[in-house]
Amino acid sequence: MSLGSYCFRKSLWVFHFGGASCNNCDIEILDCLTSRYDIERFGMQLVGTIRHADVLLVSGSINRKCRARLLKVYNQAPKPILVVAFGACGCTGGIFAEGNVFGGPVDTIIPVDAYIPGCPPKPEAILAGIVKLLNK
Amino acid sequence: MSKKTVIPIGPYHPLQEEPELFKLYCEGEIVRDIEWETGYNHRGIEKINESKTFDQVFFVVERICGICSTSHPFAYANAMEEVGRVEVPDRAKFIRTIIGELERIHSHLLWLGLAGHFLGYNTVFMWAWKYREMILDIFEKTTGNRNNYAMFRIGGVRRDIPNIHISDVKKMLDAIKPKLNLLLGAVMDDPVIHARTKKVGILTKEDIIDYGAVGPTARASGIAIDVRHDDPYAAYPLVDWKVITSDGCDVYAKTEVRLLEMLESVSIIDQCLDKMSHTKEGSIYNPVKEIPAGFGFGRAEAPRGEVFHFVKTDGSNSPARHKVRAPSYVNIATFKKSCIGQTISDATIILAAVDPCYCCTERMAFAYDYYSGKQIMNGLDLIRISQQKTKELKMKM
Repeated sequence: MSLGSYCFRKSLWVFHFGGASCNNCDIEILDCLTSRYDIERFGMQLVGTIRHADVLLVSGSINRKCRARLLKVYNQAPKPILVVAFGACGCTGGIFAEGNVFGGPVDTIIPVDAYIPGCPPKPEAILAGIVKLLNK
Repeated sequence: MSKKTVIPIGPYHPLQEEPELFKLYCEGEIVRDIEWETGYNHRGIEKINESKTFDQVFFVVERICGICSTSHPFAYANAMEEVGRVEVPDRAKFIRTIIGELERIHSHLLWLGLAGHFLGYNTVFMWAWKYREMILDIFEKTTGNRNNYAMFRIGGVRRDIPNIHISDVKKMLDAIKPKLNLLLGAVMDDPVIHARTKKVGILTKEDIIDYGAVGPTARASGIAIDVRHDDPYAAYPLVDWKVITSDGCDVYAKTEVRLLEMLESVSIIDQCLDKMSHTKEGSIYNPVKEIPAGFGFGRAEAPRGEVFHFVKTDGSNSPARHKVRAPSYVNIATFKKSCIGQTISDATIILAAVDPCYCCTERMAFAYDYYSGKQIMNGLDLIRISQQKTKELKMKM
């Protein structure tokens, strides 16, 4: 068993970094935590600081102002950490990629392990994405 | 100068239209001053719109804010229809109104849940968000999407709600009504919520006028300002409804206004569905050939207040200038009045009461000592303080 898969055997704690996003992805992430989808039954929960996290969830397009901050958050993370680019904006920049303040898709700034596309992805897609990530 | 502690909150607020950095200057427990900085969520949307065609702009303005993803297209459509002098068929007006009001219910439920969480009522958070799912189900049935509905176009709407679906939608709506009444009762009858929110974060009528606040923030101070009423658009003049106001001026009044507005929205949707069934199925838009040069203003009442769009056209197929003003931008300025003199544990709910969605405090707020720069507490601590206060009040009662 490699170190990576050993670390991610049990409850994954997620830190959510909201870039310059339109909120929809963030709301769907919170929706996952509430009663209908209840992602906490799999031991996943949002944590307050990156230092406690196993997963860094990045949603929203990254503008020039938050590019450096995303890198800073990633450098503070305990390794190994799984990085998930969330939503169309997280994956590619989406509709805002042509903007004059666009700072580049997430994968040009930090290494990304999984992409969950959609605008916004449905909560079911989030669950499916996490399952695929763990079986990788 | 006395010793002040600075509590920076932000800059990243994931549930908010505009991420801001708040700095609370505190003396002990009491907030003495507040500063804020905007611009963290700048995406250059107005500039992007100049390179899009008029029809494509709808999809961009929809993504200004995920919660108001009907209000912005609504205001933009109003602006474009003013430029092009386009008439909208009645059925499209009703569909627009239904989608707009559904959005209001889901936004207010979302707010109620978060406010409950900040006060230490996680049951309210879970319940409000559970009932919000029922609204999203209606959205999924009528528009095909949970969040970005893509229903609007110049001169009408993109998709019809067929008459055979109307009874289903009504059934789903009827199921929500008792849940809203339950939440209303739960908030109105709870002595602890009264103690936590009454006489907290007072904004007088004069303050509202001075700062130009809009939406439920203004209506909770007794000012009946509502674009739906003052500058009627879509189907609002065709149905019976009233502007909800309250004279409380405090956080409780804002909660009350939002809760009663949800019930009013249900009644508006009900009437729209009834009247819509008498219009011709399928006539949902008037085709638009070209947009002449000129300019137009569009306004719409978002869940948080007035959304304003200005579009200037030059006869080509894309806007020459597009200006957007969102309601939170003016409402946030009122913090200068409502926060000062209050305790830190109350500041959380006061900032949340304007509905700039305050969930950032869960992860990005830290209290530093003003002089040593040493970290004292983080966002989770702030929520803990707020929840602690509720617990103590409960014990006393």
